[in-house]
Amino acid sequence: MRVASTLTLLGAFLFVVACGPTANHNQAVYVLIDTSGTYVREMNKAQAVVNYLLGTINPGDTLAVGRVKSRSFSEKDIIAKVSLGKDPLAANAQKRAFSEQFSAFTKAELQEKGSRYTDITGGLIQAAEYLNETQAGRKTVVIFSDMQEELDYKTVRDFPIKLDGIRVVALNVTKLSTDNVDPRRYMDRLEWWEKRARTAGASDWKVVNDMEHLDRIFRAKS
Amino acid sequence: MSLLQSLLIWPDRIVPSLLILLLIAVPFLYAARGPMHALIRSASRVVSNPLRLGARWLADAANRLRTRNLQVLFAHGSHEVKQTIEREFERVTTLVQRDLEGYPVLQRKLMDEITRIEEDYKKTGEVPLPPPEWVKAIESLAKIKASGDGVVERILAEIRDSLGDIYQKVVSEYRGAYQDRHRILKGFLPFWRSVNQTLAQVDRNITGLQVSAAKIDANVVKLESIAARGNDAAHALASSASTLFFVAGMVMLIAFGGAYVNFKLIALPMSAMVGGGDYITDTLQASEVAALVIILFETLMGLFLMETLRFTSLFPFGSITEKMRHRLMWASLTILLVLAGVEVALAVMRDTIISADVALKQQLGSATGAVRPEAGWVTRIPTFGQMILGFTLPFALAFVAIPLETFINSGRTVLGVGIELALQGLAFVLRFVANMAKEIGRFTIMLYDVLIFAPLAIERWVASYRDGTARRNKLRPVPPLKRAGGSEEAI
Repeated sequence: MRVASTLTLLGAFLFVVACGPTANHNQAVYVLIDTSGTYVREMNKAQAVVNYLLGTINPGDTLAVGRVKSRSFSEKDIIAKVSLGKDPLAANAQKRAFSEQFSAFTKAELQEKGSRYTDITGGLIQAAEYLNETQAGRKTVVIFSDMQEELDYKTVRDFPIKLDGIRVVALNVTKLSTDNVDPRRYMDRLEWWEKRARTAGASDWKVVNDMEHLDRIFRAKS
Repeated sequence: MSLLQSLLIWPDRIVPSLLILLLIAVPFLYAARGPMHALIRSASRVVSNPLRLGARWLADAANRLRTRNLQVLFAHGSHEVKQTIEREFERVTTLVQRDLEGYPVLQRKLMDEITRIEEDYKKTGEVPLPPPEWVKAIESLAKIKASGDGVVERILAEIRDSLGDIYQKVVSEYRGAYQDRHRILKGFLPFWRSVNQTLAQVDRNITGLQVSAAKIDANVVKLESIAARGNDAAHALASSASTLFFVAGMVMLIAFGGAYVNFKLIALPMSAMVGGGDYITDTLQASEVAALVIILFETLMGLFLMETLRFTSLFPFGSITEKMRHRLMWASLTILLVLAGVEVALAVMRDTIISADVALKQQLGSATGAVRPEAGWVTRIPTFGQMILGFTLPFALAFVAIPLETFINSGRTVLGVGIELALQGLAFVLRFVANMAKEIGRFTIMLYDVLIFAPLAIERWVASYRDGTARRNKLRPVPPLKRAGGSEEAI
């Protein structure tokens, strides 16, 4: 009798717990890859990052890869995207397909010449739009770029953007030759982007140049 | 600026300022001594009286609980011993039914064998017939000495030959008779053995009965001591319950470890069934809950199985019929088997998921694509291990019912004693705090008097002066009365 009452209580507890409001635990990651100028040579590193992310995301999560070129605010710039299913085996197959798709893109990009301009802001707006559509619990934009934005005279990007609740991680921010002349340029550039991201409502801003310890960034938060 | 500093006459000289303040306050404090003492006493009583009341209530509650605990302990102990006696009686009944029911047959067999042995024994006692009487006559003739007469000597030689023949015949008959006896005696052996075995069996049964009777006797004595409600019985039962509680707790802990391993084994593959990445609460995944539910079901089926097998008595199954009990037992066993089968399937699924994950990570880790090692039988060992674990653990979990029952039953006693001790401890603490409050009140009154020692000293001095004056007035000699005649004379 006592055991039955204990089990009833446990069942009731589980029922109450199950009926309670739950947060969305899925995460969505958007990797923005700079394909402009000389940075296109960093594509192999980008592939390593994407592969790492593929290894860490779980069923139900979303991953997308977009490119940064002269004008990046376009769905066409989303190279590959996947929303993993709930079945782990099916999710594995999806990851494999994604990896192959991205690998093909990398090979193609390495053959081509990089774009003339670098529209990081456009890519960010596109990423935010995509991430908000996923309605994931945790949203992250990984910017794989030197963070040097260069726009043509027609492109307008000097307006406030919205990155509410999105974590922004700048990966592999390489130093330009001008940065070597005056390191303050590099620091000012990063500071400017951090200010812009935080003003836009980003939940966090991080710069990571050590590609060997990606787990420290993604495991800690994800 | 703090309140104290605002009160100070010379803020930079604290001690003189405080002394001045004290000097100013002393007359007021002296004037308010009576009401202040009453106030302090009242304040200490306000704290100490409820605490004492609470302490008394807790002590009473502890006593009531002890009485109740003893009742429960005796009732439980009595129930246990009765059950043991019942089981012993059942064993004796089984023994009697199984062995003593067959005693007439056994006795018949024994008697037959003994009769047979007796008959055979008699047969071995039969000796061959003695040689005929004429042999004696011939023997007499044979003793006649040879006289040299040829006829007589011939007759004697013939007689000797005849005797020799007869002797040979008798000896051979004698030997034949002995051989027959030996053969009969040899034929005894199986019967003796059979008799011996039968008697040994009887002895074993009787010994078994004696052991059971001794156990029943010991338990009856135990039951009597419980019925007498003596302290020794209470101590024995309480210590037995504590030991059982800890032993059962240890076993439960081990079982919990097994359940955890089982949970880990099926949580991942359950995500393929109920969907990975679905959360029921902030930290609890749907697949984990599903795995937990399966384990709880297995435990529940184990409880029912043990209950229907009469190993435990956690549920009120006394009212159901024997047939229904059997049905429940088979139902529980079947469900347990099905769940064990499900776990085997999940173990295989788990292995498949992990293999696929490892393969994917290998592929992602190498740009050229890693070559997968060929899956030999050695690499399949973990899979078989998981399958065996998946099938075995549900049945192992089923046995948790036995320590669980002991844990619950002994837990009542241990918990009761624990609460009793806690109540007593709390009562002591409350009494201690009450006494402290009372003593603090006394101490405060004394401190108050120390602060106003000067007016008190003056008061005492004035009082003693007044007392001295009054005493002196009392002891002063009465003035002599004047006589009417004018002469002075003391009365």
